Amino acid sequence: MNRSTSFSIYPLGDSAITIDLGNSIDEQLNSRALAIHDWLQAHRFPGLIDIIIAYSSVSVFYDPAIVRTSKVNAPGGAYGWLNGLLERAGKEVLGTVIQNERTGRPAENGTNGHSFRIPVCYDREYGPDLEWVARQKGLSVEEVIGLHHSGHYRIYMVGFLPGFPYLGKIDSRLEIPRKDRPVPVLKGGVGITGLQTGIYPLSSPGGWQIIGRTPLKLFDWQVDPPIRFQCGDHVEFYPISREEFQEWKNT
Amino acid sequence: MAFSIIKPGLLDTIQDMGRYGVGNWGINPGGAMDSYAAQVGNLLVGNDIQEAVLEIHFPGPQILFEQNTLIAITGADFSPMINDEFIPRWQPVVVRKNTVLHFPALVQGGRCYLSVHGGYCMNKWLNSYSTNLKAGAGGWGGMPLKKGDELPFKENTIYFAGLLKEESNFEVLPWRVNTDTVYKHPHEIGFIPGREWNGLTAASRQAFGENNFLIHPSSDRMGYQLNGSPLTLQRPLELVSSAVSFGTIQLLPNGQLIVLMADHQTTGGYPRIAHVATAHLPKLAQLRPSDVIQFKLTDIETAEQWLINRQKELHILQRSCLDHLNEMVC
Repeated sequence: MNRSTSFSIYPLGDSAITIDLGNSIDEQLNSRALAIHDWLQAHRFPGLIDIIIAYSSVSVFYDPAIVRTSKVNAPGGAYGWLNGLLERAGKEVLGTVIQNERTGRPAENGTNGHSFRIPVCYDREYGPDLEWVARQKGLSVEEVIGLHHSGHYRIYMVGFLPGFPYLGKIDSRLEIPRKDRPVPVLKGGVGITGLQTGIYPLSSPGGWQIIGRTPLKLFDWQVDPPIRFQCGDHVEFYPISREEFQEWKNT
Repeated sequence: MAFSIIKPGLLDTIQDMGRYGVGNWGINPGGAMDSYAAQVGNLLVGNDIQEAVLEIHFPGPQILFEQNTLIAITGADFSPMINDEFIPRWQPVVVRKNTVLHFPALVQGGRCYLSVHGGYCMNKWLNSYSTNLKAGAGGWGGMPLKKGDELPFKENTIYFAGLLKEESNFEVLPWRVNTDTVYKHPHEIGFIPGREWNGLTAASRQAFGENNFLIHPSSDRMGYQLNGSPLTLQRPLELVSSAVSFGTIQLLPNGQLIVLMADHQTTGGYPRIAHVATAHLPKLAQLRPSDVIQFKLTDIETAEQWLINRQKELHILQRSCLDHLNEMVC
C-alpha cells in the first residue's frame, strides 16, 4: 500500500501541539507515530511535559513559559519553536521509516513489540451485548465469538481510561456502531466498536458493545509500571469457560 | 502534626500541579482545577509551588487543627471561618491548636484550596500527589477525604505559634495577594481555534464568539457541559482518536459543547473546535453551574505572553512571601 509521506502540524491550544500522519487506523501510520515519539524522546527539551501517541498522531505537551525562557531567540514564540521541532521530526523520521518500508527492512519501532495472550469468557452473562451484535450482523453468537478471538491485534494506543488498550482491526463482519449513551461496564469488560476492540481495565461508563470479560488484572496502581503493555505490542484473545473465569478470579 | 476531618465536604481531594509523562498509559494529568490559586496558596505559606494542597468544593468540610498551623485559603469564597470568626482568603493565617475551620456559605467560585506550611505528608504516585479518582490512586488513598481522616504535615510549624496573641484563635499575617489580573472579567474566556474550527459553518463560528453559553449542572472535574444554541459542521467529520488537553472544547453530535477540565480523558475523537487559553483556565475553574461564558478569540502568541507574565508574577510573589515570612519569625 502506498501511503502518503506528508504530515500536518497543528496547535492543541497554547501548550500542546500535534503532528498528524493521516487520520486513519493503519498499522504503518501507527508505526510511524511510534517512530516520531521515539525521535522526540531522544530530543527532549526544557519545558517538555508529555508526549502522547494516538492512532496516527503524536502530541507534545509543553510549558510555553519554560520553552520561551530557554529559547529566547526563537521566532514565533514557543509554538514557533515546537512547530520547527515537529517539522524536523516528521521529515527525518518519515524519510528513514519510509525507506525501511520500501526495502522491506523490519521497522525498529513498535511492530516487534511484546505479545500478550488474554483469556476472555464469552459467556452471555459476561458479554451482555453478544446476542444483539450477532442479530445486527446476521451471525450466530458462536460466529461472533470465533471471529473475535481468531484475530491478531495490535495495540494502537492506550487512552480513555488508565490502561485501556485500543486494539485493531477486528474482522469487518463485526463492525458495529457504539451505543447512543454510555452504560456501566465492569472491570475486565471486552468491547467492540467500529473496527476496534478494547478492554476496560476499570469499571466505568462505556459506549462499546460488550461481548466478553477477562479475569486478568490489566491495571494495578501498586505495581510499577501499572500496566504491562504499550502501544505497538500485540494481543490475542482465547476463550475460557465460566468455571475457568471464576478459578482465575480466585487465584 | 496533623489536622483531622470532623465532617467531610462534597469533594475534598489532595491535588498538586498534575501527573505528567504517563499519558501513554492512559493516565490523565489531573491536578488542581485552579492551578493559580493552588500555587499561590503554597507560596503564601512558604512552600514550593509543587506541594500538595487540599481542593475543596462547596459544601466544604469541617477541619480540626491538632496543632498550631500556618495556613492559607485561596480560590473560591466559601466564607471560611475559624470557630465563630471569619478569616480572609489570599492571606497567610496562623491558626491555634484545637480550633475548627469550616465553610458556612457559598459566596462565589467553584473550588478553594487549603495549604499548610511544609505541605501534607503523603506518598507520591507516579511522581505526583494528585488524587486520581478513576484509578483510585494518588493523594490520600486515591479517594476524597472522609470523616476521621487525619492528614499529617511534613513540618512542625511551632515557630509560628509565637505570632498568636493570647486569647485569639488565629492571627492574620499582614500581607495579601492581589488577584485582580487573574480573575477580572470572570465570564470572558479566551480561546484559540482548534483543528476542526474551520469545519464549523460560518454562522456557527460567529455564534461561538458572540453567543453566551451556560455551564450545565452536570459539569465536574472531568468536563463542563455547555448549553447554548447548537453549532453545526459544514459536513460530518470522521476522526480517529487523538490526544486532547485541559481546556479542549469538543463539539458533541447533538451540537452542544463540552470543555475538558483537569480530570479529562487523555484522548478523544470529537471535533476540537477550540481550546481555552491556559491562562484563563483558573477563571473557568471558578465558574459554577448556571454561570455564563463568553468566548473571546485570541491567538497563540498572546496566550503565551499571558503565561509568561503569570510566571513572572508568581516568581516575584514567591520571593516576597519568603522574605515576609523570614522577617516574621526572626
